Amino acid sequence: MSAVIPAKLPIDDATEKQLGVGEKRLEHGVAVRTKKRLTSRTATIAALIIAALWTLPTFGLFISSLRPAELVNTTGWWTIFQNWGFTLDNYAQVLQAGSGTLNLAGAFVNSLAITIPATVFPLVIASLAAYAFAWIDFTGKNWMFIAVFALQIVPLQMALVPLLSLFSRGVQAGDTEIFSGLNASGSYAQVWIAHTIFALPLAIFLLHNFISEIPRELVEAARVDGAGHGQIFFRVVLPLTMPAIASFGIFQFLWVWNDLLVALIFADGAVAPMTKLLAEITGSRGQDWHLLTAGAFISILVPLIVFFALQRYFVRGLLAGSTKG
Amino acid sequence: MSHFLNWVATFNPLVQIVLVVLAFLLVIAALLFFVEIAPRSGRRYTIIRLAVCISVPLIVMLALGSVLWAAAIAAVLGGLFFILDYRAKAGSGYMFQLVGFLAPAVLLLAVGLIYPSVKTLFDSFLSGRGNWVGIDNYVWIFTQPEARRTVLNTIVWVLIVPAVSTIFGLAYAVFIDKSRGEKIFKVLVFMPMAISFVGASIIWRFVYTARPADQEQIGLLNQLVVWLGGQPVQFLQNSPWNTFFLIVVLIWIQTGFAMVVLSAAIKGVPAEQLEAAELDGTNAWQRFINVTVPGIRSSLIVVLTTISIASLKVFDIVRTMTAGANETSVIANEMYTQYTTFELGRSAAFAVILFVLVTPIIVYNARQIKKQREIR
Repeated sequence: MSAVIPAKLPIDDATEKQLGVGEKRLEHGVAVRTKKRLTSRTATIAALIIAALWTLPTFGLFISSLRPAELVNTTGWWTIFQNWGFTLDNYAQVLQAGSGTLNLAGAFVNSLAITIPATVFPLVIASLAAYAFAWIDFTGKNWMFIAVFALQIVPLQMALVPLLSLFSRGVQAGDTEIFSGLNASGSYAQVWIAHTIFALPLAIFLLHNFISEIPRELVEAARVDGAGHGQIFFRVVLPLTMPAIASFGIFQFLWVWNDLLVALIFADGAVAPMTKLLAEITGSRGQDWHLLTAGAFISILVPLIVFFALQRYFVRGLLAGSTKG
Repeated sequence: MSHFLNWVATFNPLVQIVLVVLAFLLVIAALLFFVEIAPRSGRRYTIIRLAVCISVPLIVMLALGSVLWAAAIAAVLGGLFFILDYRAKAGSGYMFQLVGFLAPAVLLLAVGLIYPSVKTLFDSFLSGRGNWVGIDNYVWIFTQPEARRTVLNTIVWVLIVPAVSTIFGLAYAVFIDKSRGEKIFKVLVFMPMAISFVGASIIWRFVYTARPADQEQIGLLNQLVVWLGGQPVQFLQNSPWNTFFLIVVLIWIQTGFAMVVLSAAIKGVPAEQLEAAELDGTNAWQRFINVTVPGIRSSLIVVLTTISIASLKVFDIVRTMTAGANETSVIANEMYTQYTTFELGRSAAFAVILFVLVTPIIVYNARQIKKQREIR
């Protein structure tokens, strides 16, 4: 479970509008007009204090990761001016650290190899399903959609262990083998599939909200021109929902990258991602702060880059998730 | 299937990404192609539909490693589906399209989420060796002091984290609304949300580290204690306070979420209302309590419930910082611990308890949807 969860609770139309207005003002800076009058010094100082409190731990980690090992482990990072010294050795060392089968550099690559497919798969499958829920009429559509909606709150924990045994042992009906199991414990397959499944309920739900808002005329026009559902989906719906897909994609990316629980169960040995290896290192070498700080910083680097580069989408996705219902 | 996966696994991980994504997109492209041509009339298309209906289940079953006659049954079912589709009221090819779009998601959800959840529910009545033990696992959880402590801790998490994060987030949103450089302020508090729980745990373990009193402290918090004239404290070892120090980490993360949503909500409160209240001679605090807070009520509820779910399921923080030692364990962590010691029944029972605790929120959600539908 990662830190990032787009809010997904339904709220009434008035609130939706209110959040929408607020979001627009945020982006266009309309609020500036009243701002000057309201600017207050106490508020600024209070905000400064909270911001400092919130940033200090991360800042300390970053400074420490750049200090020589003996200094990190004997002096506080706030004494950096008395005990001056910077080095990149910690990073070089921690990339080689790890368990017998895997070092942190390998785990970094694993994280990438797990995260990218596990972001693409659920997005594609969910947009297909969301299209069907939005634009194909069938009996039982409503209750099926509500069932999917309800599934998103089933905790992962309910599914983990049986899913693992499904992967490793398959399914037998009596003596007959129906599914032989993946037999692919050395590959990322288990993690990909697990993440895909766990992401589906929320992805279908959120994408459905966007796909169903596409103007009916556009879809009808395409249909009149002779397009079937395949073409409508690919040529009309997909391009129009790209912003929504992108912003859910960011969440899914961060979610998978930051996940520990699924990795602990499904990614063993040489395919483990960084979170799992770091948690292990924290357990086994918990006092080697020069390694832990550098390792932690490497693991949060990619999310931070994604976050700063795509911040607008990130905030928008968060608000969309909480307002569309 | 496993051959393909094992073949893929022999490559460099980065090549694997490309290979597997390409293979996946090819399958989806084929799916879209057949969906597109499905409703077309004419003999040729009917034959194509029939071929797809029979061959796809066959290939899928064989790929999954099924025996031949099981795969043959699947193919026959596919053929039956073809006839059903052929006679569909909405014209032949209609059901074919529908299934094409829905089947991947529905199958994955059924096999990967619904079946395992039911299995877990069933498993919670079995012992670790697979014998039927009735409700013994649940009795164990609610009678063993350690297990009871786990449940209690989870409740403490759920009571504290949503309330405190929301209050901090709301206060901060109000403060930055009235100060310059709002965007930068926002980013600073929001940033922890992008960091993994594991990363956050390491950051805070570093803040909490303690060294013997005669040495220099390297943890910020203990340095503060020493500066104030105290003795260094083992923050993560002394129960019951250690749970609160773990809770701080989740608050640190979730405040950013609360702040962003509430900040947008506050800006959506009509300025006229605030001005009217001001003309009535109210002070800032009265305006905040009587105008702003009622105005953002439903956003507040969204934030509170979302953070409640996150705190119920908290796992990574406890796992990384203490692994549940010194009476800090929570339900999600205990579920994993029992699994690693092969007590599958107890593990399942913990999962079920977690599910039961989340259920009120599902019911609440369902009600909200219904309300919303009625409004529309």
